[in-house]
Amino acid sequence: MLAALIILPLVGAAVTWLIPFDRLRPKVLSLFALAHLGITILLLTDTPPESPGGWIHLDALGKIVLLSTSVLFLFCAIYSIGYLFYRRERSNRVLCVGLLVCLSAASLVTITHHLGLMWVALETTTISMAPLIYFNRNARSIEATWKYLLICSVGVALALIGLYFLAYSTIVARVEPSLLLDDLMRDAGKLSSGWVHAAFVFLLVGFGSKMGLAPLHTWKPDAYGEAPGLVGAMLAGGLVNLAFLALLRVYQLCLATKEIAFFQNALVVMGLVSMIFAAIFMARQADFKRMLAYSSVEHVGIMAVALGLGGKAIFGALFHILANGLTKGVLFLSSGNIHRSYNSKRTDHVRGAMRRLPWSGGLFLAGFIAITGSPPFAPFISEFTIISSAFIQGRMLIGAIFLISLTVIFIGMALTVLPMVMGEVPSDSETTSYRDTIWTVGPPFLLLLLVFALGVWIPAPLMSLLKDAAALLEVPQ
Amino acid sequence: MISIADQLLVLVLLINFISLGTSRLIFSIRAVAVQGVILGILPGLIHPFSWHLVGITVGIITAKGFAIPMLLNRAVRTAEIKREVEPFLGYVPTLLLGAVFTALSFGFAGKLPLLPEHQNYIFVPASIATLMTGFLILTTRRKAISQVIGYLVLENGIFIFGLLLAEAMPIMVEAGALLDLLVGTFVMGIVMNLISREFSSLDTSRLTSLKEE
Repeated sequence: MLAALIILPLVGAAVTWLIPFDRLRPKVLSLFALAHLGITILLLTDTPPESPGGWIHLDALGKIVLLSTSVLFLFCAIYSIGYLFYRRERSNRVLCVGLLVCLSAASLVTITHHLGLMWVALETTTISMAPLIYFNRNARSIEATWKYLLICSVGVALALIGLYFLAYSTIVARVEPSLLLDDLMRDAGKLSSGWVHAAFVFLLVGFGSKMGLAPLHTWKPDAYGEAPGLVGAMLAGGLVNLAFLALLRVYQLCLATKEIAFFQNALVVMGLVSMIFAAIFMARQADFKRMLAYSSVEHVGIMAVALGLGGKAIFGALFHILANGLTKGVLFLSSGNIHRSYNSKRTDHVRGAMRRLPWSGGLFLAGFIAITGSPPFAPFISEFTIISSAFIQGRMLIGAIFLISLTVIFIGMALTVLPMVMGEVPSDSETTSYRDTIWTVGPPFLLLLLVFALGVWIPAPLMSLLKDAAALLEVPQ
Repeated sequence: MISIADQLLVLVLLINFISLGTSRLIFSIRAVAVQGVILGILPGLIHPFSWHLVGITVGIITAKGFAIPMLLNRAVRTAEIKREVEPFLGYVPTLLLGAVFTALSFGFAGKLPLLPEHQNYIFVPASIATLMTGFLILTTRRKAISQVIGYLVLENGIFIFGLLLAEAMPIMVEAGALLDLLVGTFVMGIVMNLISREFSSLDTSRLTSLKEE
């Protein structure tokens, strides 16, 4: 069953590669996405025990990320049926194949407990996304692809040397050499502390740059800005969470080795810096997809701060994996529609989207309200949990910077989003053949419904899953 | 055998300085190709014979010694550039920085506890010094080719460290990691060719249309 999670998308990739018709491919993509979600739900309800040797083990943390990735992927796949209809001028073969390969590697990241294997899968997601950022085949997208590839590859390479250090610490300690999470946690007390310390620094920098934590975020605005909307959604709502899961694994190790205070402080600092960066660059952003990228920098910052705070905030961080991932789907997919309709992503060209595209414009506005943490949407719950936890722990300064950043970001984002969706369509605005259809509006609408539903009511199984996951990350007393 | 391995590692360190100090791209590519071949030989010197070892040796030498340098050479020829002109930081300062980093990595490795059987090798400092050299090339050069060379050197540094971990890293993971890094380099090579077609230059400082306004 677990193997199907990995193999099925690969089979899908092979099938879509062989299909010669551009119109058929997105439909096949959606079928495989649906099957993947089906398997995911079966696995969540009836989890198989860990594999002999402990390499494959779907635990609560992996389940949350797997679920959010699979759901988001399904909606992106359905959206691609409508979206790619408007992009008939170029072949979508590479796009569909790349998405499925990425899904396969992403599933592997979530189900493995072997850090080396996790690294291999994570790097595969990075490489498989590179051709998708280049989908538009122009000078700007090549620039974005180059920056993405170079910074993420170097980042993930640094994470690999971190893993090597970790492996060497087991050899020096004369325990059984291994990169299995469970073995490392069992032997944590005996590991050579110098190597472990160096390993944590490299792992934080490496996975941090893949996740887009400031100051390692510089590839993000370019890549998110130039990639098609649905690729942006997968990057901001899917890949970010995978890198976060990698950091959670390191966090688990830190808990076991008692190096946690150092790691927590580093996370809080990097998280707050990310939020401040986002607040500065969000205001007066001339390109609405780049604005969404800074919003992503903000939200990885929020997750890092929450992880660094510990305690109740951990629950907020884990819930934010789902809340942020799904809301980013709403925003990127609806912004893709607006981009198609105006044939521009500059905020001075795009005005009055609500009049021209009542559905997409409305969804974009609702997505903005949700992502900035307004009730009754899901991100409100996670952000509120994190802030209240900061103040309960008596860490007033962190709480204050967090709140001020959120406020500044809300104002900055509103100054960009409100003129875009409100008002009149400029008379000289380009007219395109794009019209809202059920295929392009349905997926972001359903995602928004999910974000809303999670904001008012967390189902009992999900609640217990989140609690189980949070228990794995608790600081032992 | 150990002394040969150590001498080869000294050669690797020297090649680091060559790639830091030269402005001729073809020469730099050739130096890194030689470095790749040396890395391919190293595992055979320190581990007992096995087919897995043969596979890794052949794979590394073909990829790092021939395939990737050929790809880079082709990019240099099509873009008709010979030299890295005007790097962000001059050659003498980068060479000096390289020397400082190499010294620091020997200091760093001296501080960390090593296995007694590894204490006489210079694997750890050579690995860290090569890693830092790669990082230095990546950050100070303008041309896309130089940046790929930097990434290759960085990757070589990681590979040297990996040699100490034969027992800890299962074959599958080791091979997967190598494959990922190589595929990454290949994709970079392809993207680089696209850059030269699009901008008729390989100067990454021309990639400026995506700046913050």
